[in-house]
Amino acid sequence: MHDRTIAELAQALARGEVSSVELTRAALDRIEARDSRYNAFITVTPDQAMSQAEAADAARAAGQAGPLAGVPFVHKDIFCTDGVRTSCGSRMLDTFVSPYDATVVRNMRAAGLVMLGKTNMDEFAMGSSNETSYYGPVKNPWDTARVPGGSSGGSAAAVAARLAPGATGTDTGGSIRQPAALCGITGLKPTYGRVSRYGMVAFASSLDQGGPMARTAEDCALLLGAMAGFDPNDSTSIDRPVDDYAAALEGTTIRGLRVGLPKEYFGEGMAPGVRAAVEAAAEVLRDQGAEVVEVSLPHSGLSVPVYYVVAPAEASSNLSRFDGVRYGHRCEQPQDIIDLYERSRAEGFGTEVKRRIMVGTYALSAGYYDAYYLKAQQIRQLISDDFRKAFEEVDVILGPTSPTTAFPIGERADDPVSMYLSDVYTIAANLAGLPALSMPAGFADGLPVGVQLVGDYFDEGRLLGVAHRYQQATDHHRQAPPGAVD
Amino acid sequence: MSLSPDEVRKIAHLARLAVTDEQVAAWSGELSSILELVDQMNAADTTDVTPMAHPQHATQRLRPDVVTETDQRERFQRIAPAVERGLYLVPRVVE
Repeated sequence: MHDRTIAELAQALARGEVSSVELTRAALDRIEARDSRYNAFITVTPDQAMSQAEAADAARAAGQAGPLAGVPFVHKDIFCTDGVRTSCGSRMLDTFVSPYDATVVRNMRAAGLVMLGKTNMDEFAMGSSNETSYYGPVKNPWDTARVPGGSSGGSAAAVAARLAPGATGTDTGGSIRQPAALCGITGLKPTYGRVSRYGMVAFASSLDQGGPMARTAEDCALLLGAMAGFDPNDSTSIDRPVDDYAAALEGTTIRGLRVGLPKEYFGEGMAPGVRAAVEAAAEVLRDQGAEVVEVSLPHSGLSVPVYYVVAPAEASSNLSRFDGVRYGHRCEQPQDIIDLYERSRAEGFGTEVKRRIMVGTYALSAGYYDAYYLKAQQIRQLISDDFRKAFEEVDVILGPTSPTTAFPIGERADDPVSMYLSDVYTIAANLAGLPALSMPAGFADGLPVGVQLVGDYFDEGRLLGVAHRYQQATDHHRQAPPGAVD
Repeated sequence: MSLSPDEVRKIAHLARLAVTDEQVAAWSGELSSILELVDQMNAADTTDVTPMAHPQHATQRLRPDVVTETDQRERFQRIAPAVERGLYLVPRVVE
């Protein structure tokens, strides 16, 4: 059963071929037996999972189950779960048991989905390799000497290794799409405001967005349907009905679809195997009747510099809540209140988090606001305008997800700027608030390559539909890492 | 833009992060290289460009001014490092 997709599992549950209790037990046993290879989980929740599975089976017996009831999945450990530790990959929250549920957690429970546990991640979602986690790096199931990408690396690895059929992730600069690409799975960052941020530990509030990660676009459509929706508890949530994404899959045709390839993406820095996969993906869509044209995103080269002002600035503000007073790590024997703050934070946060807090504090400090944050928000508008113009000519934009395949653990750990460039193609969609999806598009030297589709606001249905048609014509998404299907 | 060790110490204090001398030395190099990356922004002409506040130009919603939260003080204080009689404990601030 572990090689089945969410759509297949939902069908098997509906037909009574398997119970949720059986599925959940088997998944928990698999995690127990195999996760030591990957370190994809921070917390496994067998007791809660079994009781949710029993409840799903009972609801089904009573004829009250939704289509996803009883399907197991995992949450990134950034979503607050009432009564279960929410560490966010940080020593700061190592003992933090949330007193409430995130809206996404509540929505998915209401759909009857069964949480198996909470996945490893870069500390406070700051990283592109999962190496910044307090709980140690996650290993890529395709090659355990390599990173799975980040920050949702545990979720990506768990899905790729068939430890769970689906997962939640969050994406501030590529944290769903880049690990999806590096682990050979499908992941979607929705439009900013589509998925509630309430109870999702904040990193950069104007960029953060939760979304689904699974093996297929169809499964991402099913998960997104359960996650998304207006939430009065999130002041930036958009009050707009959720599309029927499953119907959108069937409603999408590639014939006549206008696909744009941004010419700026095909310069230096993209590995040859990645370029080949993007070109091959364009060819697959062209064969199905798409019109592939060149588009221009002239300011895309400024995405990384803009991001490394906006994200650290917002992070430095968001993370000021960790004061050693109300929750989280507190140092021993504080001399005075300043010592309490400074040592609690110095001990609780890891190197990369501190680095970003420092950059953000500097950018927001007196005399620098205009030169950094204001300038960045202006360029952000220019980047957004580039997309608006491009979407007057095309329906979707196709490009690489990550410039390279999975890199060796340790290779970029001491060079923050080279690590930041991992997200050169993904960041712009966050800055503009647009939906974007990564899907498996082939292999280079035995490692998965992902390609990215960016859509216009609230065009998740079309992105998922295009990816679904692509996946009906290809089998890259069906490939499993060595030893993952036995 | 490069940062001197004194500037790094000042920012660390503003950020309420205790730092060692070793870290100050490492950070002044690392933060300078990040700021060098960020300085690429200067290449863009942003004259008369309105800074983005929300990708879809949404404004903050207002809601009726009614109480929606219930008192959960005990529940919230259960996860605090140090509390006594419903109060959060910190080192003495006022002599």
